[in-house]
Amino acid sequence: MRKIVLVGNPNVGKSVVFSNLTGSKVMISNYAGTTVEFTQGKLNTEHESFEVLDAPGTYSLTPTSKVEEVASSLVDRADIVINVVDATNLERNLFLTTEVLERSVPVIVALNMIDEAGHKGVKIDVEELESLLGVPVIPTVAVSGEGLKDLVDALPLAVNRKAAPLEISDRWSYVGKLVGEVQEVVHRHHSWLETLQDASLKPLTGIPIAAVVLFLAFQFVIGIGEFVAEFLEEYIFEGLYEPLLIYLSRLMGESGFLHDILIGRLIDGEIEFEESLGVLTTGVFVELGIVLPFLTVFYLVLGFLEDSGYLPRLAVMVDRSMHRLGLHGYSIIPMVLGFGCNVPAALAARNLDSRRERFIACTLMAVAVPCMAQLALIVGLVGRFGAAYLAVVFASLFFIWVVLGLIIDRVMPGYTPSMVIEIPPYRLPSLKAQGKKLGMRIKGFLIHATPYILGGILVVNILYTVGIIDYLGILFAPVIEGMLGLPGEAVSTLLIGFLRKDVAVAMLVPLGLDARQFVIGAVVLAAYFPCAATFTVLVKEMGVRDMVKSALIMIATAFSAGFILNLLLDTIIPAAFLAIGLVSSAIILALALGSTSDRRELKDYDSAA
Amino acid sequence: MVVTLVEMKPGQSGIISALEGGAGFEAKLSHIGLHKGKKIKKVSSVFSRGPVTVSVDNFQVAVGYGKAIRIKVEVNNIEKNSPGR
Repeated sequence: MRKIVLVGNPNVGKSVVFSNLTGSKVMISNYAGTTVEFTQGKLNTEHESFEVLDAPGTYSLTPTSKVEEVASSLVDRADIVINVVDATNLERNLFLTTEVLERSVPVIVALNMIDEAGHKGVKIDVEELESLLGVPVIPTVAVSGEGLKDLVDALPLAVNRKAAPLEISDRWSYVGKLVGEVQEVVHRHHSWLETLQDASLKPLTGIPIAAVVLFLAFQFVIGIGEFVAEFLEEYIFEGLYEPLLIYLSRLMGESGFLHDILIGRLIDGEIEFEESLGVLTTGVFVELGIVLPFLTVFYLVLGFLEDSGYLPRLAVMVDRSMHRLGLHGYSIIPMVLGFGCNVPAALAARNLDSRRERFIACTLMAVAVPCMAQLALIVGLVGRFGAAYLAVVFASLFFIWVVLGLIIDRVMPGYTPSMVIEIPPYRLPSLKAQGKKLGMRIKGFLIHATPYILGGILVVNILYTVGIIDYLGILFAPVIEGMLGLPGEAVSTLLIGFLRKDVAVAMLVPLGLDARQFVIGAVVLAAYFPCAATFTVLVKEMGVRDMVKSALIMIATAFSAGFILNLLLDTIIPAAFLAIGLVSSAIILALALGSTSDRRELKDYDSAA
Repeated sequence: MVVTLVEMKPGQSGIISALEGGAGFEAKLSHIGLHKGKKIKKVSSVFSRGPVTVSVDNFQVAVGYGKAIRIKVEVNNIEKNSPGR
């Protein structure tokens, strides 16, 4: 089967074209770097069926990052290249086109977003462009599917130009001349979106906008998530599902191995969704009753932030602060994604240029950014002890995130280069696209999480029944009891945390902990190690050596944090004060000690220049 | 007059005259569209060594401080009167 490869600058709509050509579902957002790995699909035309590869976006075939390398190597494997070009930015896009035309492969150009170009006052003479480039140029509007049929029909007409290679400065002047001949720009006034666009980049307006956006996002997720979770618990789980389980429990004689696994332990003769620890009780409740509502709301908010084009602007606003931790603004994207699930966040870290920043970003994300599944349980369960205790959990993680960043940046050689990122225009997210994306993510969660959640509970029950937990509890008592002030049995949550962190947090409930113990348990569970799914991706992304280093940092951090909380919380400092103290001391430390590596960057350019 | 991207005023336009940070640095910026001879307009910058945002043709690029001070821009003195702060 012949291979078609989609190549183009980041955020020009390659994935939209891909998804329309092949009918496959792929993640699409409005910022550079959504696709980091190529995606495969199939296209059937009347005459032939093709394999279609959607390459990650690249500005050039001389790659400057890991993601761009993938794109460049895919071009070599292609039988036909569809070069997707953003019609609103002809010059920059044609730079890549001229490079593609030098490779020995038939090329066809999809002149995408031709409608937006019209709105921006850009007029392009398509026929002239076609004759100058020497390959077919098909105007398209991928989001609405316009022109895609023409694109498919024109595939057999793709031309292998094998153009003579140009030097970089000659290339720019050649492209400049080309654009001058085919493009006409009419001046027009700013739209309200463009005014807002500039406002979110200027510090005086941008910082308040960032604060409001983050605050609203947080309130929305926690508020609506809690509301829906409570509704589900009361009406669906306790009202409809529990009578069914009680019937089942009676049927099994309220005891026995199978009963313990499916229903779990009865608390005072009753089924308790949070404590019984059965596959059908706690397992189903944790997944559908708590995690699902929070996750759905989170992904709704994230989808809006992604598709509107706000995230890169947030990156600009936080760039200065992130530099203090050895990162730069764009690493806020893996952090934000991490609150949904750490797996896509670890993949998104691939957009960062150096091994150093990938290491710092992945480590900080895995340690201090709990995924929504875990957060939902923390909010639901720690929240019962009062907002102050919940605040201590968040404040501790924030403190860890900042202080660990300061330390790694100081100790690790090299520096994190400043960012160069494209700021996409604001776009109003389409409801259809949002629905599709949300559906994909929820489906992904249900498919990937269900076996781990139910399997996790199964494993706990078996470990308890066999007596392994009791044995480990005694073995690890000095650490768990002595250092963290938790009952020895809590070791079981650390074991299960490797499978699923949400189940692990739920398992703290039957241990009968008090508020301070619950906080310590939640913080240690969030930080000590990534779950199996994240771990696998991190090993792949960072390599075994860096992962070992990162894992040692995580374990050391989690246990020291737990130990310090055990010393201070409620014994010396009340929860509310501790939360405020942790956040303010983290900020003061960052201001006083941050940006050690920045000076190294300035020196390096001096010596290179 | 040649100034760095950091020294340019928001709203001011100019032409990139030099990228002074080695070959990799030059390639990275050129590929994204900030190449020598290109006309750019500064949109904004974040204070205390924050990133600078510029607009080029129909797109915008944010450049971190460490790179922005390495980008030299030929600005037209007359344009000082253009709207900006």
